[in-house]
Amino acid sequence: MNFDPRFTGRNFSSVGTRPIRPDGIDKVTGRARYGADFNMAGQLVGRVLRSPHAHAVIKSIDTSKAEKLAGVKAVITAKDLPDLTDGDAAMYDILDNSMARKKALYDGHAVAAVAAIDARIARQALKLIEVDYEVLPHVTDVDEAAQHHAPLINDQVFTEGLEEKPAKPSNVTKRTQFGHGDVHKGFAQADFIVERSFKTEQTHQGYIEPHACVASVNPDGTADLWVCTQGHFVYRQHCAQLLGLEASKLRVTSSEIGGGFGGKTHVWAEPVALALSRKAGRPVKLVMTRDEVFRASGPTSATSIDVRIGARKDGTITAAEATLRYSAGPYAGSWAEIGAMTAFACYKLENVKTVGFEVLVNRPKTAAYRAPSAPMAAFAVESSIDELAKELGMDAVDFRIKNAAQEGTRASYGPVYGPIGIGPTLEAVKKHPHMKAPLKANQGRGMACGFWFNFGGQTCTDLNIGMDGSVSLAVGTVDVGGSRASLSLVAAEELGIDYGNVKAIVADTSSLGYNDMTDGSRGTFSSSMATISAARNAIKILRDRAAQMWDIPVDDVTWEKGHAIAKGEKYGNLSPLSLKDIAAKSGTTGGPIAGHSELVADGAGVSFATHICDIEVDPETGAARVIRYTVVQDAGKAVHPTYVEGQYQGGAAQGIGWALNEEYIYGKDGRLQNAGFLDYRIPVCSDLPMIDTQILEIPNPNHPYGVRGVGETSIVPPLAAIANAVSNAVGVRMTHIPMSPPRILAALDAEREG
Amino acid sequence: MAGVAVSTTINGDAVEYLCQPDETLLEVLRDRLGLTGAKEGCGTGDCGACSVIVDGRLVCSCLVLGAEAEGRKVETIEGMAHGDQLHPLQQKFLEHAALQCGICTPGFLIAAKDLLAKNPSPTEEEIRFGLAGNLCRCTGYDKIVRAVQDAAVVMKGA
Repeated sequence: MNFDPRFTGRNFSSVGTRPIRPDGIDKVTGRARYGADFNMAGQLVGRVLRSPHAHAVIKSIDTSKAEKLAGVKAVITAKDLPDLTDGDAAMYDILDNSMARKKALYDGHAVAAVAAIDARIARQALKLIEVDYEVLPHVTDVDEAAQHHAPLINDQVFTEGLEEKPAKPSNVTKRTQFGHGDVHKGFAQADFIVERSFKTEQTHQGYIEPHACVASVNPDGTADLWVCTQGHFVYRQHCAQLLGLEASKLRVTSSEIGGGFGGKTHVWAEPVALALSRKAGRPVKLVMTRDEVFRASGPTSATSIDVRIGARKDGTITAAEATLRYSAGPYAGSWAEIGAMTAFACYKLENVKTVGFEVLVNRPKTAAYRAPSAPMAAFAVESSIDELAKELGMDAVDFRIKNAAQEGTRASYGPVYGPIGIGPTLEAVKKHPHMKAPLKANQGRGMACGFWFNFGGQTCTDLNIGMDGSVSLAVGTVDVGGSRASLSLVAAEELGIDYGNVKAIVADTSSLGYNDMTDGSRGTFSSSMATISAARNAIKILRDRAAQMWDIPVDDVTWEKGHAIAKGEKYGNLSPLSLKDIAAKSGTTGGPIAGHSELVADGAGVSFATHICDIEVDPETGAARVIRYTVVQDAGKAVHPTYVEGQYQGGAAQGIGWALNEEYIYGKDGRLQNAGFLDYRIPVCSDLPMIDTQILEIPNPNHPYGVRGVGETSIVPPLAAIANAVSNAVGVRMTHIPMSPPRILAALDAEREG
Repeated sequence: MAGVAVSTTINGDAVEYLCQPDETLLEVLRDRLGLTGAKEGCGTGDCGACSVIVDGRLVCSCLVLGAEAEGRKVETIEGMAHGDQLHPLQQKFLEHAALQCGICTPGFLIAAKDLLAKNPSPTEEEIRFGLAGNLCRCTGYDKIVRAVQDAAVVMKGA
């Protein structure tokens, strides 16, 4: 590959416009097919039996009665999913999470499953399965789980990252450390030091579409899986490995996806559906209920974070330190590590140190949730930054501007930044009219910054030109929020044709090479890079065909605005050939015209945002309400600005829910108390104001059009921005998220009692 | 269990089906009639993704029994456009990008249609409260509210 991904300033024709998305009509007419909207001949209904205990040994499972029920075609337990992971610890955890092998590790952990001719019989069959549990002591709180006397979740876990391997197992899986300089020296130079501790509760991604799939395993070892996922190629690899299938014989088709936000990056019930289908010899549809989604699929970490920051009188931060404890559910991840990396990424710091501890708890396996781990760290750090600004008597925005990271700054997590957007977003906020708008009684304003790495990854794209000159673009990154529109714009831009002549689809795993999943805000970043590369490869062929049609050397043919041009005065009588002209002759000039691209999209540009929030607090009830909200974020280049705004608004809304209301509530019995949308209340339309957006465009030097990922950063600042606003409104520093009415009232009462 | 024979009208067409007494209208629409436009997001009436209109009343079809549709008129998302002519709400949802993943969109469109039928000139607050029974996790509702406002203007002019 000789593709040059470097940014070149250019004038855009298609990129930056706002056309209607290609999948739009299907979605407003009800025709779009999501995970549960697909059926196969002879299909059975799958259902999963889940542990009611937070922590229990599975002594035995008797499935005989369920198997005898008329209409039941298969019953499976962990025995039907033998361990084929060959020492791969991460895959073993995925297997164990799909179906508990020895112990149930959380309320909702799958222990058995059935496939029956209808849902009613499947439900009856679940009741006939007898599981003999030995209930064990459990722990669901991150701080309690980290204590030495806490119930041990996995006796094979010894804390990694310590100087010496500990003698005893622990729920703390890993210690990670980042930073540079000497924080002791730095704090000695400080005139003011702020030290605070914070907690955040566990939240769920809250996608409206529950996990759903249809699995069909054939006797010859071939299989099909239709599934709502953010990464069908990754699902294929995981399912093939867990089921002992050849990856190329398992064709995975990604359905339309009804929200994921990171929660559909991991397999859950898919291996179970495949195992049921294999045993029953028929296709099986498996759809989670909402209760199952909450109890058994991807929540984020609960956290407990200590922050210490010192500054000189002039406002220069001299040292910053944080200790971050993140819950991981019952399996190891990298959640605390990511929090420790992102915590101080917005700032230019000489002396910085962050230490992360990842902690096992009897809760569902933590899954990624939009900029995973970053919002909690930002909440703790940005709250402390506000406190320190107050101590210094400095404006919160000016204090941040003075200490903001710049091009050339060594990030707290290691690398040196290229051109970045933290300074520009802060300057934009400083000038924004929102910052000058008057506030009334019981209202407060807060602002905060956020960072996310962004990701590129493996990407494969095909661009096929039909004989009528229309273009089909097959991408392998699942479209979670309009990327088919943005990628069609990019193909149109590069080829020099109309957006309406391009149709983008998400291809299945048998139709395209491997693609990493749509995570890390990579969909439009990486697939647009691959689309540009594929289009450039197609243009080479188009030029060659034009040269044949004209019978001139290909080196004399250029491509401009959708046309082959014969350059040089000697060709003055040759009219340009349009893409359509060349395509029409393709059958006689060498056959179909296509451009392919396989690449690793390196150089995802880091992303920064600054948010402003106005809050009104009812001092009688403690209820807080967002009355105005503004998002300022760097997009690098907004390919389809309306959908970029949508990402900014959606992330902010999720952050508002997290900040003010959403949390997993566990009883003393270790059972989830609010596994439904009534009691786990995400923001509704009447809870929110309009969410204003301002898109900044600081080009990413590592992308031809300057694109950066935009999907995730918008959820990073809200927890802190809202906490700062509430704290300013009530005059008390809020340190526990969500700031639900009881917590705000308690803070007000504590203040009144002095 | 004996099935219940139901005669009803769906999107203007006479429809007959057999369903179990405990089967919801949502299950009938999706699993028996192939009308998968209504979605099950929760099954408990909390998300509005399964919204349909029964005899002029907005309901969550997961909270209505299939047998209760007897003799009634049911309107679903599949009947919202007239042939290839989109309803103004559908058109404005597309123009405003009032959907990202789109799973909540059929429910929002049905709820918005019901809202505008009862209140052709809603304020922003009336739209926000009128659509508070429908959950969207992608958009933050901003573009949905704007699309409904814009559609209301178009529909009044029509």
